[in-house]
Amino acid sequence: MAELELCNISKSFRDLTVLRDISLQVPNGSFTILLGPSGCGKSTLLRIIAGLDTQTTGQVLIDGNEVDHLPPAARDIAMVFQQYALYPHLSVRENLAFALKMRRVARHVIDDRIAEAAQLLEIQPLLDRKPKDLSGGQRQRVAMGRAIVRKPKLFLFDEPLSNLDAQLRTSMRIELKKLQQRLQATMIYVTHDQVEAMTLGDRIVVIESGRIRQADEPQRTYAAPADPFVASFIGTPPMNLWEGTLTTGDGESVFRSHDLILPLPATLLPPHPPQKSRVTLGIRPEDIALQEKPGAIQVEGLVELVEDLGADLLLHCRVGDLRMVVRTARQGDRIQDQPMRLFFPFDKLHLFIENRRYDPPNAPT
Amino acid sequence: MKRRILLAGGILATVGLSLLPFLWFVLTSFKSQTEIEAVPPTWWPSGSLEFYRAALFDHHLFDYVLNSVVVAGSTTLLALLFAIPAAYALARLTIPGKRGILAVLLCVSMFPQMAIAGPVWRLLDTVGGLNHRWGVVLPYVALTLPLAIWILASFFKELPPELEDAARVDGCGPWTTLFRVMLPLATPGIFTAAILILIYAWNEFFFALLILTQPEQQTLPVGIALFQGEFTMPWGELAAASVVATLPLIVVVLLCQRWIVSGLSAGAVKG
Repeated sequence: MAELELCNISKSFRDLTVLRDISLQVPNGSFTILLGPSGCGKSTLLRIIAGLDTQTTGQVLIDGNEVDHLPPAARDIAMVFQQYALYPHLSVRENLAFALKMRRVARHVIDDRIAEAAQLLEIQPLLDRKPKDLSGGQRQRVAMGRAIVRKPKLFLFDEPLSNLDAQLRTSMRIELKKLQQRLQATMIYVTHDQVEAMTLGDRIVVIESGRIRQADEPQRTYAAPADPFVASFIGTPPMNLWEGTLTTGDGESVFRSHDLILPLPATLLPPHPPQKSRVTLGIRPEDIALQEKPGAIQVEGLVELVEDLGADLLLHCRVGDLRMVVRTARQGDRIQDQPMRLFFPFDKLHLFIENRRYDPPNAPT
Repeated sequence: MKRRILLAGGILATVGLSLLPFLWFVLTSFKSQTEIEAVPPTWWPSGSLEFYRAALFDHHLFDYVLNSVVVAGSTTLLALLFAIPAAYALARLTIPGKRGILAVLLCVSMFPQMAIAGPVWRLLDTVGGLNHRWGVVLPYVALTLPLAIWILASFFKELPPELEDAARVDGCGPWTTLFRVMLPLATPGIFTAAILILIYAWNEFFFALLILTQPEQQTLPVGIALFQGEFTMPWGELAAASVVATLPLIVVVLLCQRWIVSGLSAGAVKG
């Protein structure tokens, strides 16, 4: 159990900048997710926290102490790798014991810790096997066991579930969540999978091009994305986003993007909206309504394609030359190639001015 | 089916062709002098052990075997001792001009022995290594190192770097990582390199002849070559000695073969 603080971390490889000025506080006992597309620098950040890589500038503090000069082993962290990285020449038991032996922990303590971790992860029958005789899921458990026996200050996970098949990933995700709640440990978890991020974390740090775009609770990240990137990255299908211009005149503001012209009420906008400025307007597919409701803008669309997800339908619609996706409940009528009235509730619209989210002062979010 | 018969036939022919000379030597070693000189040749020997007695006791074959064991054994150990850390460093560390180093190593191993014989002799003369077994071990180590480093470096490169990260997190320094994690996984590479070095040192003739002039230090190839008298060619003793010289090598290679199994690192990472 520990808290972690990152102060202005930057990392460059020669002339390639991977991380830019990352500052982050991870409170004690939190499950923090570093989420981003591949190549965004999230794994590099994790390796810097672990001490496997060195940052170009900035500090890493664990429990308030600067650890930059310490090797990984002295930082009291445990890491679970994407490829498991079990020692193939050692049995599961020896794999679990390895780090403790290196630390010269007494034999009976090692045995107790292994028994405890094996019980927790239900891998007792596997203890005398070699890694090559284990399935992917079992190897993943052993890799976690190797971290658990250490009782480290910090757990670091580098996309640990990405090598498992979809079904196993879901069940391991649930187990991991339970495990974190039982251990009450501080965990930092790198993933590019937004479902893992939403379900596991109590905080999501969205990273893109080496910058933190947003660090927030999962629900807030979803409901109030800080910028168009976060808005498009979180949610399946992604948020409908349109770049356009905002024109204000005669007490009315109008958003235009190609053929889409939306009058926006003054309550949504800043007191003095910038004239003719570039803005991005977004709405989530599930927030577009097909029934008329008060406080909504109505547009005429054409349903081009219907995707049936079983529980829901995804309607791929066209408004003029703009495309958007609507998520709606199943319905009996044939709607493909039919015109359709779409309603955008005001309170569900996301407005980004100069790539930053604008929230009206009295907004409920 | 036809393919398989052809394949099997090809393999048998190749093996037979390589084994035939050796088989002839084995047969000859059990013949008597009259059987050797008989025309037409006798194929099947009478089973005489006379040549073995002569080779072992009249020609001091045991001393040569002992010298060869000492020379080849210490060459192998020393070469591995230097090659393992060098190969690991070249495989993993970011060293400026790494490719250049490996290229130079390869060039060194291609030097014709004849070209360096003179300088090596002078060097050994200066340090007093002539007529000492360690005098041949030194050039042997130098000559086998490049190949050993190349073999081992390519093995280390194949091992997943995540294992080293895991070892670092678990508390290993570079040396502990090398000895407790990487070496056990590179066993096939180490045995491959060891066998090649051993075969080289066991069979090497030129430097041994140049540096070891006293029978007490001479190795098997030189010793056997000197069986030859001024007017006689003792074929029987030569055959017996060759069999004795080859057997240890065959035994070692067969013993090591079970260590040269691929897939030892299976299970470390996915795949």
